[in-house]
Amino acid sequence: MYKYDEYDQAIVDARVEEFRDQVNRRISGEMTEDQFKPLRLMNGLYLQLHAYMLRVAIPYGTLSGRQMHMLAHIARKYDKDYGHFTTRQNIQYNWIKLSDAPDILTELATVEMHAIQTSGNCIRNISSDQYAGAAADEIEDPRPYAELLRQWSTFHPEFSYLPRKFKIAVIAAEEDRAAMKLHDIGLQIVRNDAGETGFRVYVGGGMGRTPMIAPVIRDFLPKADFLSYMEACLRVYNRYGRRDNMYKARIKILVHEIGRDEYARQVEEEFLHTKTLGLDAPEAEFARIAALFASPAFETGLTDEIDRGDPDFAVWVDQQTVAHKAPGYAIVNISLKPTVGIPGDASSAQIDLMADLATEYSFDEMRVTHAQNIVLPHVKKADLYAVWQKLDAAGLATPNLDLIGDIIACPGLDYCALANARSIPLAQKIAARFADLGAQRDLGELKLKISGCINACGHHHAGHIGILGVDRKGEENYQLSFGGSAAEDTSLAKIVGPGFSEDGVVDAIETAVSVYKSLRSDGERFIDTYRRVGEAPFKKAIYE
Amino acid sequence: MKIVTGNDLLSGDVTWWTGKGWSRYVADAVDAGADAEHIAHVEEAALRVNGPIVIDATMSDAGPIPTHIKDRIRAAGPTVRADLAIRPDFQIEKA
Repeated sequence: MYKYDEYDQAIVDARVEEFRDQVNRRISGEMTEDQFKPLRLMNGLYLQLHAYMLRVAIPYGTLSGRQMHMLAHIARKYDKDYGHFTTRQNIQYNWIKLSDAPDILTELATVEMHAIQTSGNCIRNISSDQYAGAAADEIEDPRPYAELLRQWSTFHPEFSYLPRKFKIAVIAAEEDRAAMKLHDIGLQIVRNDAGETGFRVYVGGGMGRTPMIAPVIRDFLPKADFLSYMEACLRVYNRYGRRDNMYKARIKILVHEIGRDEYARQVEEEFLHTKTLGLDAPEAEFARIAALFASPAFETGLTDEIDRGDPDFAVWVDQQTVAHKAPGYAIVNISLKPTVGIPGDASSAQIDLMADLATEYSFDEMRVTHAQNIVLPHVKKADLYAVWQKLDAAGLATPNLDLIGDIIACPGLDYCALANARSIPLAQKIAARFADLGAQRDLGELKLKISGCINACGHHHAGHIGILGVDRKGEENYQLSFGGSAAEDTSLAKIVGPGFSEDGVVDAIETAVSVYKSLRSDGERFIDTYRRVGEAPFKKAIYE
Repeated sequence: MKIVTGNDLLSGDVTWWTGKGWSRYVADAVDAGADAEHIAHVEEAALRVNGPIVIDATMSDAGPIPTHIKDRIRAAGPTVRADLAIRPDFQIEKA
């Protein structure tokens, strides 16, 4: 894992002290809320529906046991004993006191964490594949490049006041586990015909009010030009992105309005200049960063056999573990979606337990996924049973990865000041309706995603089944859509018809699932059947 | 009726104007009438509340009920964590 050098630590420590002074000035009345608001947001502190909310950055979703213990400590000491893992691979605390915020950031800084770039119109926390460094299918670990982007973007003087927020994802496998094409910039490490590795560059994707899938603007970018090309991409956006209308200010609108070809042409023109500026990391510096992400010392000669004598354990192994690049190891997915729980929430005790498991069984490393689960990336198959037993005892062993019960849901109107409708109670009702895990497995992969407003933090545009909560005359209403995907077959869900009440949308989903079961061919997922037969049979069954 | 609500500057807690000060409980809120905007301005300037807004509500036997669901949830607390609710029995759905 990356370790701060003296520059990283000095930057973070200085920022904490600056914010402490700003908080003191707000409390004393020297600053109004209008003056203070942009400053607190730059430090991840929002004022939400019930209290201040602190969003803590987890760069590319990677955490050590020590860092995870700190997150548990903060939940216990400063919040109400829990945290909420988000679709941006971050964590949020919902009950923070303003006067505590500087102390929290001070404590976070002791474990190389902060809340910078978790708000505002800057380059946000970089996201990545939660299986990076462990996946059997990746070309290489994408995180050194994500870290390079973090260092390049942190307090970048030219890009700290962009037209709108800016999200970047980096992956290195054909399977897209990071919703890469739904980011402002998606970077995919690929191999060209000559066997060299570089980046395929996607620009202009996103969800929100105007969902778009990012087009490719460059098929192959040599690694040596990585940062200077990013600089060019951002410069063109910063120059021409709209600032007159926040709803049209994201880069996807610019790319859409001037066209992918024209945007790419302008980037290439700018790139001719930026690559002369010496922006790219010297080889030695990149090698220093990359070395910090070197594979752990995996044991050799391990068995791939797993004793499946306990049937509950066998089900969990089948559903929650994924192939690892090293023989004898597995990637473990920890579900934060207990049946009728709150998607993404974990108590301090659960967070501590996951930290302990990472330290004991996974080379002290874990990941947060954009689907609001946690990953132990490097677990010996021989240790899986012990890990499962400990997870099960803590309510963290629900075997529902990628099933209908593994619902992504934003905090919604229960917590969020922007939301129009509640997401969590709806997720709970759906999970209860489909509580039978055997029946869930029979349905196969079915990604259900719920957003409480058009900002789409719950990724509803990318759900096989997507639900958007809207405000209809002051009351909650839910739009149902089908056919979205955030994977390598990225697609945007389409609204199926008029909206529903909370109970009505649960019934409609049950009807849609019945239609799928009646029409599916062997091996087809819900989305495969939907794509093959179209929306008509679903719509007919739901509305007639 | 018009009631005034905001957040406590230090804790961030939701608060309601009572005519004399600020309460955590919407049941204590009073009709601020035509003075509502002025009250919000004065109280914010004095740092007794953060981000005050004037909202519509109707009076019931249990006290004021905010008109919009968002404000009813602010009054009740998160509906998915009864242990954290201010008023777990508060009617979120419209009667």
